[in-house]
Amino acid sequence: MDSVKIISENCKGCGYCVVVCPKKVLVIGESSNRMGYRYAVAARPDECISCKLCAVMCPDSAIEIFE
Amino acid sequence: MDKIYGRPESIKNRVSTYCPGCLHGVANKIVAEVLDELELREKTICVLPVGCGTLGLFYWNVDMISSAHGRAPAVATGIKRCSPDKFVFCYQGDGDLAAIGLSEIMHAANRGENISVIFVNNSIYGMTGGQMAPTTLEDQHSTTTQKGRNPLTEGYPMKMCEIISGLEAPKYVARFSMDSPKNIIKAKAGIKKAFELQIDKKGFSFVELMSNCPTNWGVTPLESLEWMRENTLKVFPLGVYKEVE
Amino acid sequence: MKKHFVKGCEAIAEAALRAGCTFFAGYPITPQNEIPEYMSKKMPEYGGVFVQGESEVASVNMVFGAAATGARAMTSSSGPGISLKSEGISYIAGSKLPAVIVSVMRGGPGLGTIMPAQQDYLQATKASGHGGFRMIVFAPSTIQEAVDYTYKAFDYADRDRNPVMILVDGCLGAMMEPVVLPEYHDNCNKKADWVLDGCSEREPRTVLSVSLTGEPQEQFNIEMAKLYESWAEKDTEVELYEMDDAEIVLTAYGTSARIAKTAIDMLRDEGIKAGLVRPITLYPFPSAAFENLDYKRVRHVLDVEMSIPAQMVDDVRLGVLGRAEISTFGRSGGVIIGVDEIVQEVRGIAKGGGF
Repeated sequence: MDSVKIISENCKGCGYCVVVCPKKVLVIGESSNRMGYRYAVAARPDECISCKLCAVMCPDSAIEIFE
Repeated sequence: MDKIYGRPESIKNRVSTYCPGCLHGVANKIVAEVLDELELREKTICVLPVGCGTLGLFYWNVDMISSAHGRAPAVATGIKRCSPDKFVFCYQGDGDLAAIGLSEIMHAANRGENISVIFVNNSIYGMTGGQMAPTTLEDQHSTTTQKGRNPLTEGYPMKMCEIISGLEAPKYVARFSMDSPKNIIKAKAGIKKAFELQIDKKGFSFVELMSNCPTNWGVTPLESLEWMRENTLKVFPLGVYKEVE
Repeated sequence: MKKHFVKGCEAIAEAALRAGCTFFAGYPITPQNEIPEYMSKKMPEYGGVFVQGESEVASVNMVFGAAATGARAMTSSSGPGISLKSEGISYIAGSKLPAVIVSVMRGGPGLGTIMPAQQDYLQATKASGHGGFRMIVFAPSTIQEAVDYTYKAFDYADRDRNPVMILVDGCLGAMMEPVVLPEYHDNCNKKADWVLDGCSEREPRTVLSVSLTGEPQEQFNIEMAKLYESWAEKDTEVELYEMDDAEIVLTAYGTSARIAKTAIDMLRDEGIKAGLVRPITLYPFPSAAFENLDYKRVRHVLDVEMSIPAQMVDDVRLGVLGRAEISTFGRSGGVIIGVDEIVQEVRGIAKGGGF
C-alpha cells in the first residue's frame, strides 16, 4: 500500500502538493475527475517519506498519509 | 500502515465549493483540526459571514449560523453570552470584518467577549467578483480600482491586527500566512492558542490568516502563492501582536 | 389584585422579564431609553443577559444570535433605530427564529423629533425589512395592554418561529398608569429541535436564511405565506367601542384611540352617533371589522392618526371597499391630537352628511 493517497474525486488540480513535496512524488495526472479537474497522482509513490507536507498544503483535504 | 493524516472530523467528507487553490480550504482545515484535537466539535457554534466564507455552510461539520454581512461578532456575542459553556468562533473575510463589520469587531474586541475570531485576509472581495477591500494593497487592481488603489482617494490597506491589538481587552492577536506548509503549521499553532484561551475563559482572541484569491487576482493557484510572498506578505507583517497570559 | 404604578417603557421591560426574556440588547434612542436602562438594572436580577450594543444594528444581531441558542430575546428602539434594524429583523424572520422587537414611535422622517407620533405604521406593518416577510404587530393603547401584549408576544414568536413587534408611541412609553403585572415564567426554547447548542449526539444543525438555488427559497416563502395567512383567522384582535348604532365610525390605534374614545363620549352627549373601531393587531389587520359594517347605517369613516400623511388609512380603505366616505384627521411631528379637534372634525362631518 502506498503511503500517500490522493482522493481524486475531491482534488481540484491546484498543483500545491506537487510543488511542496520534497521528493517529487506527485504530479498532475492526465485523467480528469467528475468535476472536470485533472487530479494529482503519485507518480513515484515509493519515494514518499510520509512527511505530510502535501496533505498540510492541500486546500481540499484530498490527501491521506500513511506510515 | 497507519493513517497519520487525513480529513478532520470537523469538516464534512465532501468537496468544498471554494475555487481550486483557494486557501479558505486550508483555513477551514486547520481550524477543523484544532477543533478535533481540543475535542470541541460537539460544543462548537460557528458564526459564518457573508462572502466566500458563507460556502462553509455546506462544509463545516459543526452547528453553524449564517449571519448578516459584518455582524458575526455581534451574533457571536449573543450566542456566547447566552451559552457561555459552548465554543463560539467567527469566521470572516476582509469585507465582512474590516469594511461593513468594522464596528462589530471593534466593539466585541473592546468588550473582551470570550470568543475567537478567524479573519481571512486576501486583499480583495472574492464572492462579489473582485472589488476593492479595505485590505487591498496600494496600486492593486480591483474591479472598483481599475487603475490601481489610489491612497489619496481610497486610503491605505487596513491592518486589523495592529488596530485590534491597540485595545485593552483582547488577549491574543496574531497574524499568520497560509502560503506554505511551514506557515500553515505555525498558523494552526496560533489558532490552537486562541481556542485554548477561550476554553480557559480568558477573553477575546483574534487570528488573521493571510490568504489568496487566484480567481480575482487573475493568476493561477501556484502563481497566487508567489503573489502573496511578493506583495501581501510585504505589507502585512506576520507575528504575534498581543499575547496576554 | 396588586397594582403597580409604572411608566410605559419600564412596564414593557418588566413584562418581558416576567415572560422569561433572558437576553436584551439595545441602543439608546429617545423615547425608549427607559427600556435598556431598566433592563440593565433588572435583567441581571432575573439571571439574564443585558448588553448595550454599540449600535441598533449590532443589538438586533446580538438578539439574532441569542435567539438561535433558544433564549427569549428582545430589542427595542424608535423609528430611525428600527430602520437600522431592518436587515437584522429580516434575517431573524428568514432564519425562522423567535424574537420580540419593540418600537416606540417618534416624529419622522429623518432625525424627526423626539416627541410622540404614529409615523411608523407602514414601517411596522409593511416595510420592517427586505424580502417580503410579515410580523404580527400589536398596538397597545394602555400600559396594561402594553404589559399583556409584550408578555404574550414571546409566545407568538415561539409558536411561529418569527419576530413579533410591539408598536407604541412615545406618549405611552413615558406616561404612568396602574397595572397588574403577570406571573413570572421561565419559558424558553432550549430544548427545541432547531436550537444551536453543539452537535453532541446528533447531526450538526444550521440556522440560515440563504439558498444557493431558487426552488428552496421559493418553497420557504410558500410555507411562510401559509403561516402569515393563518394569522388572519386566529390572531386578529380589534376593539369595537360604541359601535352598535354608530353612523360615523372613527378608527384609530394606540394613544390616538384613547383620545378618540373621549371624543366619542363627548359627541354622544351631543347626540352624534359616533363609534370606534380600534385595531389591536395592526398585522394581521382587522379588515373583517370594516368589511362587516352595516353600510346602510355607517356613512362615514374617519381615520385618526398621529401621522401626516395618514398611513393606516390605506388598510382601512381595503376593508371599506368604497362603501362609505373615508377621511383622515391627524397631527404629527410630536403634536398630540386634541380631543376638541376630533370633536370639531366629527361635528363637521355630521353637519355635511345631513345627519
